[in-house]
Amino acid sequence: MTWCANISVMGFEDMKEAIISAKDLSFRYEGKESYAVDHVNIEIEKGSFVAVLGRNGSGKSTFAKLLNVLIEPTEGEISVCSLQPKTEDDAFAIRQKCGMVFQNPDNQMVATIVEEDVAFGCENLGVAPGEIVRRVDWSLRTVGMEEYRKAAPHMLSGGQKQRIAIAGVIAMLPEVIVFDESTSMLDPSGRQDIFDLAMRLNKENNVTVLWITHFMEEAAKCDRVIVMDQGRVKMDGTAREVFSDPKKIEKFGLEAPDMAKLAEALRKEGLDLKDGIITVDEMEVELCRLLSKI
Amino acid sequence: MLNNISIGQYFPGDSIIHKLDPRTKILFTLMFIVSIFISKGFLCFFLIAAFAYLCMRISKISLKFIVRGLKPILFIVAFTFLLNLFLSSGDDVIVKWGVLSITFTGIRNALFMAVRLILLVTCTQLLTLTTSPIQLTDGLERLFTPFKKIGFPAHELAMMMSIALRFIPTLIEETDKITKAQKARGADFESGGVIKRVKAMIPLLVPLFVGAFRRADELAMAMEARCYRGGTGRTKMRPLTYRKADYCAFGISFMLLLVVIALNILNVF
Ligand SMILES: Nc1ncnc2c1ncn2[C@@H]1O[C@H](COP(=O)(O)OP(=O)(O)OP(=O)(O)O)[C@@H](O)[C@H]1O
Ligand SMILES: [Mg+2]
Repeated sequence: MTWCANISVMGFEDMKEAIISAKDLSFRYEGKESYAVDHVNIEIEKGSFVAVLGRNGSGKSTFAKLLNVLIEPTEGEISVCSLQPKTEDDAFAIRQKCGMVFQNPDNQMVATIVEEDVAFGCENLGVAPGEIVRRVDWSLRTVGMEEYRKAAPHMLSGGQKQRIAIAGVIAMLPEVIVFDESTSMLDPSGRQDIFDLAMRLNKENNVTVLWITHFMEEAAKCDRVIVMDQGRVKMDGTAREVFSDPKKIEKFGLEAPDMAKLAEALRKEGLDLKDGIITVDEMEVELCRLLSKI
Repeated sequence: MLNNISIGQYFPGDSIIHKLDPRTKILFTLMFIVSIFISKGFLCFFLIAAFAYLCMRISKISLKFIVRGLKPILFIVAFTFLLNLFLSSGDDVIVKWGVLSITFTGIRNALFMAVRLILLVTCTQLLTLTTSPIQLTDGLERLFTPFKKIGFPAHELAMMMSIALRFIPTLIEETDKITKAQKARGADFESGGVIKRVKAMIPLLVPLFVGAFRRADELAMAMEARCYRGGTGRTKMRPLTYRKADYCAFGISFMLLLVVIALNILNVF
């Protein structure tokens, strides 16, 4: 696929380039007193995998919609892939570069046949028919749904529908994909599948991923974690930095990952665990280290 | 039950007729209908019926499906039949009761109208049985595209139609879920008179509508996020193209029409 080739050529040099940058980005819904997104300044590097956390109503979805120009900023500026949404055409270009996967798998499928749905975005972009077929093939293969190409959406499971939604987005060859709680309606195994798929797209195709979630275990595996509250960015750093202080993130209505809490509890009991344990694997390694010392 | 919802009466297959361009089939059906309307005698009907039967055999649709599709119009057929039978005027009276009389003309007219109706429905059924609703929509969209210039929203209507087709199964599923949920809370949809039952539907309809509006909202956003901005500048993954078979079909249907016209002119009944 030309897309992958292209991106891997650009790969290393551009690693540090900001693909999304927001300056004083604000948005207020009509008739509301307070900002849903309140003067956010943020830069997101090309190729990174960023988790966005925050309690209900903290402005995560609003931020995502601003990225995709589904709404226009009340104040401030947003730039995605060095494009600013000044005109309708800019918005169109940004939406191609920055795809979005929503929460409810049912409400983002348009067509009555899976392959038609995957093609929908490409058709809107005006891609030539032969090229659409190639992209649809490739996308379905990438998400592992080739054998369902002629299926009807309502016959698929939630996880499969989300895969199709992802296929529809990657067929447009985006550089960024925003997942707005895309796993929250799935069962644990479906959730894991979709997360792994996003990870793979990030690693193999260098797609920048913004992963909005309520699951700390997922966030713990991301390169960078942003915590929002009341429309503001309250914490921003690596997963280790953000989760190492369970007290602090509880202030923002979040709960540290189980392992971080366990580590904290064990430390209180006098165990000499190193700082910044957030995943099961790290806990295992650390406990084994302690055991071998005994 | 929910896994095999089929909308319309499409009967999947891979015959030549199934594979024809939907536009061809729509125009073909129109030719059929015109032929039926201009036919003046049974010979024409016989010809058309034989031709329809041939199409049916080629597309491997069993007569059962056609007959099943005729059931809903049986009443109308019977009604027109009786009306024509008793109310046609003519001198060749067979029986007579007061104002009502059966004449030979009456019998002929009655049969003629009944056969005409049955043929009409059969021909349109051939279209809907061999063309999926979505293909039909595509075909209609393309056929009506020239009328965009005078403001006919061909693309928008087709899009609405295909979204409706997409969401009907989802909404049926949801109705099922809500019905169960309300039943679990003691709602009773089955007993009582009409008014009571209609009232019982309210707790079903309200969540259904609220849900449908929420869906519509989210879907609109998802479509916009995937660069949808109406029909302009849009391409198709599989654009409709006429093939050799389509031209043949055009030729054949045109011939049928010509033959019917010729028979009418020659007054051969
Ligand atoms: N369409 C809307 N009209 C008015 N206010 C809205 C609208 N959508 C969201 N809001 C408000 O904007 C604020 C931010 O909402 P947003 O949906 O961005 O939160 P969120 O972080 O995505 O929450 P959740 O985790 O529940 O998805 C909330 O206070 C919410 O009430
Ligand atoms: Mg949200």
